[in-house]
Amino acid sequence: MRESFFPEFDWYTVFVQPWSEYGVNSFWIVLMGFLVSGTCGLVGCFVVLRRMALVGDAISHSLLPGITLAFLLTNSRDTLPMMLGAIVAGVATVALIEAIRYSSRIKPDAAIGIVFSSLFAVGVILITAFADKVDLDAECVLYGELGFIPLQDVAMFGGMEIGPEPAIRMAIIALIAIVLLIAFFKELLVTSFDAGLAASLGINPTRYQYGLTLFLSIVIVSSFESVGVVLVIAMIIFPGATAMLLTDRLPTTLWLATLISALYALLGFHLATWLNASIAGGMTVIAGLIFGIVWAVAPNRGLIAKFAKRAPESERIALDAA
Amino acid sequence: MKTIRQSRSIDPTIDNPMQEPPQSNQSAKAIAPLEIHDLTVAYTKRPVLYGIDLEVPQGSIVGVIGPNGAGKSTLIKAVMGLLPVASGWIKVFGKPFKKAVTRVGYVPQRESVDWDFPVNALDVVLMGRYGRLGPFKRPSKADKEIAMACLEKVKMEDYAKRQISNLSGGQQQRVFLARALAQESDLYLMDEPFVGVDASTEAAIIDILRELQSQGKTLIVVHHDLTTAPEYFDRILLLNMRVVAFGKTEDVFNFENLQKAYGGRLSILSEVALTRARKKFEGDTRENVSE
Repeated sequence: MRESFFPEFDWYTVFVQPWSEYGVNSFWIVLMGFLVSGTCGLVGCFVVLRRMALVGDAISHSLLPGITLAFLLTNSRDTLPMMLGAIVAGVATVALIEAIRYSSRIKPDAAIGIVFSSLFAVGVILITAFADKVDLDAECVLYGELGFIPLQDVAMFGGMEIGPEPAIRMAIIALIAIVLLIAFFKELLVTSFDAGLAASLGINPTRYQYGLTLFLSIVIVSSFESVGVVLVIAMIIFPGATAMLLTDRLPTTLWLATLISALYALLGFHLATWLNASIAGGMTVIAGLIFGIVWAVAPNRGLIAKFAKRAPESERIALDAA
Repeated sequence: MKTIRQSRSIDPTIDNPMQEPPQSNQSAKAIAPLEIHDLTVAYTKRPVLYGIDLEVPQGSIVGVIGPNGAGKSTLIKAVMGLLPVASGWIKVFGKPFKKAVTRVGYVPQRESVDWDFPVNALDVVLMGRYGRLGPFKRPSKADKEIAMACLEKVKMEDYAKRQISNLSGGQQQRVFLARALAQESDLYLMDEPFVGVDASTEAAIIDILRELQSQGKTLIVVHHDLTTAPEYFDRILLLNMRVVAFGKTEDVFNFENLQKAYGGRLSILSEVALTRARKKFEGDTRENVSE
């Protein structure tokens, strides 16, 4: 008898059991997944609009040498040195890309490729050469694993347990992202749409470009434990890109991106449970599926809508010809 | 003492009523909307503009004309501080640009933005108000009303809620113009506003330029069409990395200057335009020249 490639799909074990038997654990994992994909998605809307998607990918890869160096220098896995290492790496990546672009004939895409692959390779060398000294699991850095997030480290606030530390930390980053977004909405909008106009209005586009890059580095370093440096770019690009197929307004795009990223966390978790696979992988596969569906059926901009719109036109041409 | 106070005031009406108007007129005239001295702008050490000296008088419509790569857009971008200045200085209403931002309106080239951006026409016009809002402030209801009125001015009120990629080229340019109107500035910098627009939009734009001029505003317009230039602008700046000529259209727009600016690149078509333009100006003085 031929064994099925996929494990058998059983409604109970895939959708009910995780909640009935491991309810609290599942809740924190899904919430953590949502906090990661939601924060990445919100920041990602602007990354996509500003055509910085590849730069985001470069930053996420350059985190590997950044955090490895930070670890070698401080010999600790505390948040602060990791964060600083990542930010330095992120800023260095962007500065190097810009330097190559401006001082040579190399085009931006090639400059991005050169910078991120060489920095990433430095990270690989560091992490393998000092494997005995570096208490970083290369696999974990690359792919992340929501299931292994230490939920037993409980954050305390005013003597009360408020939840697992990683989730609380991510929630704080998410909150900062939302506050910054509300505070600087019009500046982000105008610098993304028309840098020249922004400058003529006295809003410095370069400042917001660097601010966004900096915050993107912070978001990526906070997310890599959960989804890894390779897949984090999916969480950055997919929500915004999918939402933009559905709406014509930026505020709606941001709401939809948040909603969509919640679906990634929930459905990705169940997909991973069913296949007994990586949750980050599951979330990304769901992200790809949702994008595919929206791309096909979105009103006005979807493939089907475009095809339907074209039909009457060709009929008209046929009529004209007749 | 008196003269110092006068030269500081921009608006003669807020001056001491005891003082005589002619003198305050003099001081208002002294503060040019745009003054450029010995400006050099370079991209990676290769100069694109050099030795630019310019004083644009208030209330003029200046056409900036020159061949491709003459630095027309560069000049506008340098005025707004978008490009580093290698030497020289630029003053806008007697101040550095950063201190006069609210007095400058800008219309960028249409292809400089991504028209798929998730904003509608009204959102774009509303951006013109952002310079007047402080940090953390959102556009108010009054700002929205002003934006809507500006859309009406360019006859685009029916398209306010339409996503900008669903507008024609002419309509997009009108939205940009409405946004510049919403900036309520005194000096407008426009980068090729007539490119790729239909005839009715071109006429609508020129009407608005004239209206702005009649309100005492100053306009600097990058333009490439030599046939319409003498008709649209009362002053011409002929640019080819340096200032070839700058002055009243009838003094500057002649064959010699254009040849200096365009060199061998003057196409047959533009030569035809030139001959026409020359006839237009010289016809007044030399009678019976035509036929």
